[in-house]
Amino acid sequence: MNGVHDMGGMHGFGKVEPETNEPTFHAPWEGRVLAMHHAMRFARAWNIDMSRDAQERLPAQVYLSASYYERWALGIALNALERGLIAADEMAAGQSLRPGKRLELVLTKSDIRQTFKRGSFGRPPSERARFKPGDRVRTKNINPPSHTRLPRYARGREGVVEAVRGCHVFPDSVMTGVGENPQWLYTVVFDGRELWGADADPTLTVSIDAFEPYLEPA
Amino acid sequence: MSDHDDHGSELSATQLRVRALETILTEKGYVDPAVLDLIVEHFETKTGPHIGARVIARAWVDSGFKAALLVDAAKAIAALGIPVGDHLIAVENTPGRHNMVVCTLCSCYPWDVLGLPPVWYKSAPYRSRAVMDPRGVLADFGVTLPASTEIRVWDSTAETRFIVLPPRPAGTEGWSEERLASLVTRDCMIGTGLPRRPGAISP
Repeated sequence: MNGVHDMGGMHGFGKVEPETNEPTFHAPWEGRVLAMHHAMRFARAWNIDMSRDAQERLPAQVYLSASYYERWALGIALNALERGLIAADEMAAGQSLRPGKRLELVLTKSDIRQTFKRGSFGRPPSERARFKPGDRVRTKNINPPSHTRLPRYARGREGVVEAVRGCHVFPDSVMTGVGENPQWLYTVVFDGRELWGADADPTLTVSIDAFEPYLEPA
Repeated sequence: MSDHDDHGSELSATQLRVRALETILTEKGYVDPAVLDLIVEHFETKTGPHIGARVIARAWVDSGFKAALLVDAAKAIAALGIPVGDHLIAVENTPGRHNMVVCTLCSCYPWDVLGLPPVWYKSAPYRSRAVMDPRGVLADFGVTLPASTEIRVWDSTAETRFIVLPPRPAGTEGWSEERLASLVTRDCMIGTGLPRRPGAISP
Protein backbone atom coordinates (compact mmCIF):
# COMPACT_ATOMS: atom_id res chain seq x y z
CA MET A 1 0.00 0.00 0.00
CA ASN A 2 1.45 3.34 -1.07
CA GLY A 3 0.58 5.08 2.18
CA VAL A 4 2.06 7.97 4.13
CA HIS A 5 3.54 5.41 6.54
CA ASP A 6 6.12 4.65 3.83
CA MET A 7 8.28 7.65 4.67
CA GLY A 8 11.78 6.84 3.41
CA GLY A 9 13.14 9.72 1.31
CA MET A 10 10.28 12.18 1.87
CA HIS A 11 11.07 15.84 2.42
CA GLY A 12 9.40 18.40 4.61
CA PHE A 13 9.15 16.77 8.03
CA GLY A 14 11.85 18.94 9.58
CA LYS A 15 14.67 18.20 11.97
CA VAL A 16 15.04 15.22 14.25
CA GLU A 17 14.50 16.48 17.79
CA PRO A 18 15.95 14.21 20.47
CA GLU A 19 14.49 14.74 23.95
CA THR A 20 16.83 14.70 26.93
CA ASN A 21 15.90 12.30 29.75
CA GLU A 22 12.88 11.07 27.85
CA PRO A 23 10.42 9.16 30.07
CA THR A 24 9.23 5.67 29.06
CA PHE A 25 5.71 7.04 28.65
CA HIS A 26 4.68 10.69 28.32
CA ALA A 27 1.24 10.06 29.84
CA PRO A 28 -0.32 7.07 31.64
CA TRP A 29 -2.69 6.32 28.73
CA GLU A 30 0.31 5.49 26.51
CA GLY A 31 1.26 2.62 28.82
CA ARG A 32 -2.34 1.35 28.81
CA VAL A 33 -2.32 1.27 24.99
CA LEU A 34 0.95 -0.65 24.88
CA ALA A 35 -0.36 -3.10 27.51
CA MET A 36 -3.67 -3.65 25.66
CA HIS A 37 -1.71 -4.31 22.49
CA HIS A 38 0.33 -7.01 24.28
CA ALA A 39 -2.72 -8.61 25.86
CA MET A 40 -4.73 -8.73 22.61
CA ARG A 41 -1.76 -10.10 20.68
CA PHE A 42 -1.32 -12.81 23.33
CA ALA A 43 -5.02 -13.65 22.90
CA ARG A 44 -4.32 -14.22 19.17
CA ALA A 45 -6.98 -11.63 18.41
CA TRP A 46 -4.72 -10.47 15.57
CA ASN A 47 -1.03 -10.70 14.66
CA ILE A 48 1.84 -8.26 14.14
CA ASP A 49 1.14 -7.83 10.42
CA MET A 50 -2.53 -7.08 11.08
CA SER A 51 -1.47 -4.56 13.70
CA ARG A 52 0.78 -2.71 11.22
CA ASP A 53 -1.77 -3.02 8.42
CA ALA A 54 -4.54 -1.43 10.52
CA GLN A 55 -2.37 1.60 11.24
CA GLU A 56 -1.39 1.92 7.58
CA ARG A 57 -5.07 1.98 6.62
CA LEU A 58 -5.79 4.98 8.84
CA PRO A 59 -6.66 8.06 6.76
CA ALA A 60 -3.41 9.79 5.75
CA GLN A 61 -4.19 12.98 7.68
CA VAL A 62 -4.98 10.94 10.79
CA TYR A 63 -1.79 8.91 10.49
CA LEU A 64 0.33 12.04 10.14
CA SER A 65 -1.27 14.02 12.95
CA ALA A 66 -1.49 11.20 15.50
CA SER A 67 1.33 10.38 17.89
CA TYR A 68 2.77 6.86 17.94
CA TYR A 69 0.55 5.60 20.77
CA GLU A 70 -2.50 7.39 19.37
CA ARG A 71 -1.96 5.42 16.16
CA TRP A 72 -1.68 2.22 18.18
CA ALA A 73 -4.92 2.99 20.02
CA LEU A 74 -6.67 3.63 16.69
CA GLY A 75 -5.19 0.44 15.25
CA ILE A 76 -6.34 -1.67 18.23
CA ALA A 77 -9.86 -0.24 17.97
CA LEU A 78 -9.95 -0.85 14.20
CA ASN A 79 -8.79 -4.47 14.52
CA ALA A 80 -11.22 -5.14 17.38
CA LEU A 81 -14.09 -3.59 15.40
CA GLU A 82 -13.30 -5.44 12.17
CA ARG A 83 -13.18 -8.77 14.01
CA GLY A 84 -16.47 -8.12 15.76
CA LEU A 85 -14.78 -8.17 19.16
CA ILE A 86 -16.27 -4.76 19.94
CA ALA A 87 -18.86 -2.61 18.16
CA ALA A 88 -18.97 1.05 17.16
CA ASP A 89 -21.92 1.78 19.45
CA GLU A 90 -19.87 0.43 22.36
CA MET A 91 -16.96 2.73 21.57
CA ALA A 92 -19.43 5.63 21.44
CA ALA A 93 -21.00 4.56 24.74
CA GLY A 94 -17.66 3.94 26.39
CA GLN A 95 -18.83 0.59 27.71
CA SER A 96 -19.69 -2.94 26.63
CA LEU A 97 -23.30 -3.37 25.52
CA ARG A 98 -23.29 -7.12 24.85
CA PRO A 99 -21.31 -10.21 25.82
CA GLY A 100 -17.84 -10.68 24.33
CA LYS A 101 -16.71 -13.33 21.89
CA ARG A 102 -14.59 -16.22 23.07
CA LEU A 103 -10.89 -15.63 22.58
CA GLU A 104 -8.35 -18.39 22.09
CA LEU A 105 -6.40 -17.28 25.19
CA VAL A 106 -6.71 -14.59 27.79
CA LEU A 107 -3.54 -13.24 29.31
CA THR A 108 -3.19 -13.90 33.03
CA LYS A 109 -0.51 -12.92 35.52
CA SER A 110 1.01 -16.40 35.34
CA ASP A 111 1.83 -16.23 31.63
CA ILE A 112 2.82 -12.61 31.50
CA ARG A 113 6.48 -13.46 30.85
CA GLN A 114 5.52 -15.04 27.54
CA THR A 115 4.17 -11.75 26.24
CA PHE A 116 7.59 -10.17 26.59
CA LYS A 117 9.27 -12.83 24.48
CA ARG A 118 9.43 -11.76 20.89
CA GLY A 119 7.81 -14.18 18.49
CA SER A 120 9.87 -16.20 16.05
CA PHE A 121 9.13 -15.63 12.39
CA GLY A 122 11.48 -18.24 10.90
CA ARG A 123 9.75 -21.17 9.17
CA PRO A 124 11.03 -24.33 7.42
CA PRO A 125 11.59 -23.61 3.72
CA SER A 126 9.75 -25.57 1.07
CA GLU A 127 12.29 -24.69 -1.61
CA ARG A 128 15.94 -23.75 -1.81
CA ALA A 129 16.92 -20.10 -1.69
CA ARG A 130 17.02 -18.62 -5.19
CA PHE A 131 19.79 -16.13 -4.39
CA LYS A 132 23.11 -16.23 -2.54
CA PRO A 133 25.39 -13.54 -1.11
CA GLY A 134 27.07 -11.55 -3.89
CA ASP A 135 24.22 -12.00 -6.37
CA ARG A 136 23.08 -8.86 -8.17
CA VAL A 137 19.32 -8.45 -7.92
CA ARG A 138 16.69 -5.92 -8.90
CA THR A 139 13.66 -5.22 -6.74
CA LYS A 140 10.37 -5.48 -8.57
CA ASN A 141 8.27 -2.43 -9.28
CA ILE A 142 5.18 -3.44 -7.35
CA ASN A 143 2.39 -1.21 -6.05
CA PRO A 144 -0.02 -3.51 -4.23
CA PRO A 145 -3.02 -1.79 -2.64
CA SER A 146 -2.52 -4.16 0.33
CA HIS A 147 0.21 -4.43 2.96
CA THR A 148 3.80 -4.84 1.77
CA ARG A 149 7.24 -4.48 3.34
CA LEU A 150 9.00 -3.31 0.20
CA PRO A 151 9.34 0.47 0.65
CA ARG A 152 8.64 2.71 -2.35
CA TYR A 153 12.15 4.19 -2.44
CA ALA A 154 13.62 0.70 -2.99
CA ARG A 155 11.35 -0.51 -5.81
CA GLY A 156 12.81 -1.15 -9.26
CA ARG A 157 16.36 -0.68 -7.90
CA GLU A 158 19.48 -2.75 -8.43
CA GLY A 159 21.41 -4.01 -5.44
CA VAL A 160 23.53 -6.83 -4.10
CA VAL A 161 22.50 -9.68 -1.82
CA GLU A 162 24.67 -9.39 1.28
CA ALA A 163 23.17 -12.09 3.48
CA VAL A 164 20.50 -14.77 3.54
CA ARG A 165 18.47 -14.34 6.74
CA GLY A 166 16.47 -17.56 6.62
CA CYS A 167 12.94 -18.34 5.56
CA HIS A 168 10.30 -16.12 7.23
CA VAL A 169 6.57 -15.54 7.42
CA PHE A 170 5.66 -13.35 4.40
CA PRO A 171 3.63 -10.34 5.63
CA ASP A 172 2.19 -9.55 2.19
CA SER A 173 0.58 -13.00 2.06
CA VAL A 174 -0.69 -12.82 5.64
CA MET A 175 -2.66 -9.72 4.73
CA THR A 176 -4.09 -11.05 1.48
CA GLY A 177 -5.47 -14.12 3.25
CA VAL A 178 -2.96 -16.59 1.77
CA GLY A 179 -1.50 -17.29 5.21
CA GLU A 180 2.13 -17.37 6.30
CA ASN A 181 3.42 -18.51 2.90
CA PRO A 182 7.06 -18.49 4.17
CA GLN A 183 9.67 -16.92 1.88
CA TRP A 184 13.45 -16.55 1.90
CA LEU A 185 14.60 -13.25 3.33
CA TYR A 186 17.72 -11.42 2.15
CA THR A 187 19.65 -8.35 3.20
CA VAL A 188 19.98 -6.42 -0.09
CA VAL A 189 22.35 -3.45 -0.26
CA PHE A 190 21.88 -0.48 -2.58
CA ASP A 191 24.35 2.24 -3.44
CA GLY A 192 23.01 5.64 -2.34
CA ARG A 193 23.22 6.90 -5.93
CA GLU A 194 21.08 4.02 -7.19
CA LEU A 195 18.34 5.14 -4.81
CA TRP A 196 18.69 8.92 -4.83
CA GLY A 197 20.53 9.80 -8.03
CA ALA A 198 23.88 11.32 -8.91
CA ASP A 199 23.78 13.95 -6.16
CA ALA A 200 23.48 11.39 -3.38
CA ASP A 201 26.10 11.10 -0.65
CA PRO A 202 28.78 8.92 -2.34
CA THR A 203 29.63 7.27 0.97
CA LEU A 204 26.07 6.04 1.53
CA THR A 205 24.75 2.51 1.18
CA VAL A 206 21.28 1.47 2.35
CA SER A 207 20.05 -2.03 2.98
CA ILE A 208 16.58 -3.44 3.28
CA ASP A 209 15.60 -6.95 4.29
CA ALA A 210 13.71 -8.16 1.23
CA PHE A 211 11.55 -11.23 0.79
CA GLU A 212 12.34 -13.37 -2.27
CA PRO A 213 9.12 -12.48 -4.17
CA TYR A 214 10.32 -8.85 -4.19
CA LEU A 215 13.46 -9.76 -6.15
CA GLU A 216 14.52 -10.82 -9.61
CA PRO A 217 18.04 -11.42 -10.98
CA ALA A 218 19.67 -8.20 -12.26
CA MET B 1 7.45 17.36 21.06
CA SER B 2 4.24 18.62 19.51
CA ASP B 3 2.75 15.12 19.81
CA HIS B 4 2.74 15.41 23.54
CA ASP B 5 1.95 19.04 24.30
CA ASP B 6 -1.10 19.70 26.37
CA HIS B 7 -3.53 20.37 23.54
CA GLY B 8 -6.39 20.12 26.05
CA SER B 9 -9.23 18.87 23.84
CA GLU B 10 -7.13 16.63 21.55
CA LEU B 11 -5.46 14.94 24.47
CA SER B 12 -8.70 14.39 26.32
CA ALA B 13 -10.28 12.89 23.18
CA THR B 14 -7.44 10.39 23.08
CA GLN B 15 -7.68 9.74 26.81
CA LEU B 16 -11.41 9.14 26.48
CA ARG B 17 -10.92 6.76 23.57
CA VAL B 18 -8.26 4.79 25.40
CA ARG B 19 -10.38 4.64 28.54
CA ALA B 20 -13.39 3.46 26.52
CA LEU B 21 -11.26 0.81 24.83
CA GLU B 22 -9.89 -0.52 28.12
CA THR B 23 -13.35 -0.52 29.73
CA ILE B 24 -14.92 -2.43 26.84
CA LEU B 25 -12.07 -4.94 26.46
CA THR B 26 -12.20 -5.54 30.23
CA GLU B 27 -15.98 -5.90 30.45
CA LYS B 28 -15.90 -8.40 27.61
CA GLY B 29 -13.28 -10.44 29.40
CA TYR B 30 -10.53 -9.93 26.80
CA VAL B 31 -8.08 -8.18 29.14
CA ASP B 32 -7.51 -7.95 32.89
CA PRO B 33 -6.55 -4.44 34.11
CA ALA B 34 -4.34 -5.90 36.85
CA VAL B 35 -2.36 -7.73 34.15
CA LEU B 36 -2.14 -4.53 32.11
CA ASP B 37 -0.64 -2.85 35.21
CA LEU B 38 2.11 -5.49 35.27
CA ILE B 39 2.87 -5.00 31.58
CA VAL B 40 3.27 -1.25 32.08
CA GLU B 41 5.46 -1.86 35.12
CA HIS B 42 7.65 -4.23 33.10
CA PHE B 43 8.31 -1.61 30.44
CA GLU B 44 8.90 1.12 33.01
CA THR B 45 11.26 -0.80 35.27
CA LYS B 46 12.79 -3.82 33.52
CA THR B 47 13.56 -2.97 29.91
CA GLY B 48 15.90 -0.34 28.57
CA PRO B 49 19.21 0.37 26.87
CA HIS B 50 21.13 -0.76 29.97
CA ILE B 51 20.66 -4.29 28.61
CA GLY B 52 22.30 -3.47 25.30
CA ALA B 53 25.04 -1.51 27.09
CA ARG B 54 25.95 -4.64 29.05
CA VAL B 55 26.19 -6.60 25.79
CA ILE B 56 28.41 -4.00 24.10
CA ALA B 57 30.72 -3.75 27.12
CA ARG B 58 31.11 -7.52 27.09
CA ALA B 59 32.03 -7.42 23.41
CA TRP B 60 34.67 -4.79 24.19
CA VAL B 61 36.44 -7.01 26.73
CA ASP B 62 35.85 -10.48 25.28
CA SER B 63 36.91 -11.01 21.66
CA GLY B 64 35.35 -14.49 21.59
CA PHE B 65 32.01 -13.06 22.63
CA LYS B 66 32.35 -10.25 20.10
CA ALA B 67 32.94 -12.75 17.30
CA ALA B 68 29.92 -14.80 18.40
CA LEU B 69 27.81 -11.63 18.65
CA LEU B 70 28.61 -10.67 15.07
CA VAL B 71 27.77 -14.17 13.82
CA ASP B 72 24.45 -14.56 15.67
CA ALA B 73 23.58 -11.82 18.15
CA ALA B 74 20.43 -13.52 19.43
CA LYS B 75 22.33 -16.69 20.28
CA ALA B 76 25.35 -14.94 21.78
CA ILE B 77 23.22 -12.70 24.01
CA ALA B 78 20.98 -15.57 25.10
CA ALA B 79 24.16 -17.35 26.24
CA LEU B 80 24.73 -14.46 28.70
CA GLY B 81 21.38 -15.35 30.28
CA ILE B 82 19.64 -12.32 28.75
CA PRO B 83 16.32 -13.31 27.15
CA VAL B 84 16.17 -12.15 23.55
CA GLY B 85 13.99 -13.13 20.61
CA ASP B 86 15.19 -14.45 17.28
CA HIS B 87 16.59 -12.56 14.32
CA LEU B 88 18.77 -10.03 16.19
CA ILE B 89 21.78 -8.87 14.17
CA ALA B 90 24.77 -6.91 15.50
CA VAL B 91 26.60 -4.63 13.05
CA GLU B 92 30.06 -3.29 13.81
CA ASN B 93 31.29 0.26 13.41
CA THR B 94 34.91 0.46 12.29
CA PRO B 95 37.18 3.46 11.67
CA GLY B 96 36.07 3.48 8.02
CA ARG B 97 32.42 2.60 8.41
CA HIS B 98 29.46 3.79 10.46
CA ASN B 99 26.12 2.00 10.76
CA MET B 100 22.72 3.54 11.46
CA VAL B 101 19.42 1.73 12.06
CA VAL B 102 15.94 2.93 11.06
CA CYS B 103 12.49 1.59 10.24
CA THR B 104 11.02 3.74 7.48
CA LEU B 105 7.72 1.80 7.30
CA CYS B 106 6.76 1.73 10.99
CA SER B 107 9.06 1.86 13.99
CA CYS B 108 10.70 -1.57 14.30
CA TYR B 109 13.31 -1.46 17.04
CA PRO B 110 15.28 -4.02 19.07
CA TRP B 111 13.09 -3.80 22.20
CA ASP B 112 14.81 -6.80 23.81
CA VAL B 113 18.12 -4.99 24.10
CA LEU B 114 17.19 -1.27 23.96
CA GLY B 115 13.73 -1.10 25.55
CA LEU B 116 11.01 1.00 23.94
CA PRO B 117 12.09 3.37 21.18
CA PRO B 118 12.38 7.11 21.88
CA VAL B 119 9.87 9.47 20.27
CA TRP B 120 12.39 10.76 17.72
CA TYR B 121 13.04 7.23 16.40
CA LYS B 122 9.31 6.84 15.67
CA SER B 123 8.97 10.33 14.21
CA ALA B 124 8.48 11.30 10.56
CA PRO B 125 11.69 13.39 10.42
CA TYR B 126 13.87 10.41 11.36
CA ARG B 127 11.97 7.82 9.34
CA SER B 128 12.00 9.99 6.22
CA ARG B 129 15.57 11.31 6.34
CA ALA B 130 17.75 8.51 7.72
CA VAL B 131 17.88 6.55 4.45
CA MET B 132 18.56 9.61 2.26
CA ASP B 133 20.50 12.04 4.42
CA PRO B 134 22.10 10.21 7.35
CA ARG B 135 24.78 12.89 7.74
CA GLY B 136 22.08 15.52 8.11
CA VAL B 137 20.39 13.37 10.75
CA LEU B 138 23.71 12.93 12.56
CA ALA B 139 24.12 16.73 12.53
CA ASP B 140 20.79 17.00 14.36
CA PHE B 141 22.43 14.87 17.06
CA GLY B 142 25.57 17.01 17.04
CA VAL B 143 27.63 14.24 15.45
CA THR B 144 30.01 14.83 12.54
CA LEU B 145 31.85 11.96 10.87
CA PRO B 146 34.87 12.26 8.55
CA ALA B 147 33.77 12.85 4.95
CA SER B 148 35.49 9.62 3.93
CA THR B 149 33.60 7.41 6.41
CA GLU B 150 31.21 5.04 4.67
CA ILE B 151 27.71 5.13 6.08
CA ARG B 152 25.46 2.09 5.97
CA VAL B 153 21.82 2.59 6.87
CA TRP B 154 19.87 -0.54 7.84
CA ASP B 155 16.16 -0.21 7.12
CA SER B 156 14.30 -2.69 9.37
CA THR B 157 11.77 -3.83 6.77
CA ALA B 158 11.30 -7.40 8.10
CA GLU B 159 11.35 -9.09 11.52
CA THR B 160 15.13 -8.86 11.69
CA ARG B 161 16.35 -6.32 14.28
CA PHE B 162 19.68 -4.53 14.45
CA ILE B 163 22.02 -3.27 17.17
CA VAL B 164 25.16 -1.27 16.41
CA LEU B 165 28.44 -2.32 18.03
CA PRO B 166 30.54 0.86 18.32
CA PRO B 167 34.32 0.74 18.80
CA ARG B 168 35.67 0.76 22.35
CA PRO B 169 36.72 4.31 23.24
CA ALA B 170 40.46 4.94 23.57
CA GLY B 171 41.76 5.55 27.06
CA THR B 172 39.69 2.82 28.69
CA GLU B 173 42.45 0.25 29.10
CA GLY B 174 41.92 -1.86 32.20
CA TRP B 175 38.35 -0.66 32.77
CA SER B 176 35.82 -3.07 34.22
CA GLU B 177 32.87 -4.19 32.11
CA GLU B 178 30.51 -2.28 34.36
CA ARG B 179 32.44 0.95 33.96
CA LEU B 180 32.68 0.45 30.19
CA ALA B 181 28.90 -0.09 30.04
CA SER B 182 28.42 3.40 31.46
CA LEU B 183 29.99 4.80 28.25
CA VAL B 184 27.48 3.00 26.02
CA THR B 185 24.53 5.24 25.14
CA ARG B 186 21.25 4.19 23.58
CA ASP B 187 21.96 6.39 20.57
CA CYS B 188 25.36 4.82 19.89
CA MET B 189 23.62 1.43 19.64
CA ILE B 190 21.18 2.90 17.06
CA GLY B 191 23.97 4.68 15.21
CA THR B 192 22.83 8.26 15.80
CA GLY B 193 25.49 8.81 18.45
CA LEU B 194 28.95 7.79 19.59
CA PRO B 195 29.93 6.28 22.95
CA ARG B 196 30.70 8.73 25.76
CA ARG B 197 34.35 9.63 26.08
CA PRO B 198 36.14 8.29 29.18
CA GLY B 199 36.47 11.83 30.63
CA ALA B 200 32.71 12.35 30.37
CA ILE B 201 31.87 10.15 33.35
CA SER B 202 32.95 10.52 36.94
CA PRO B 203 35.53 7.91 37.99
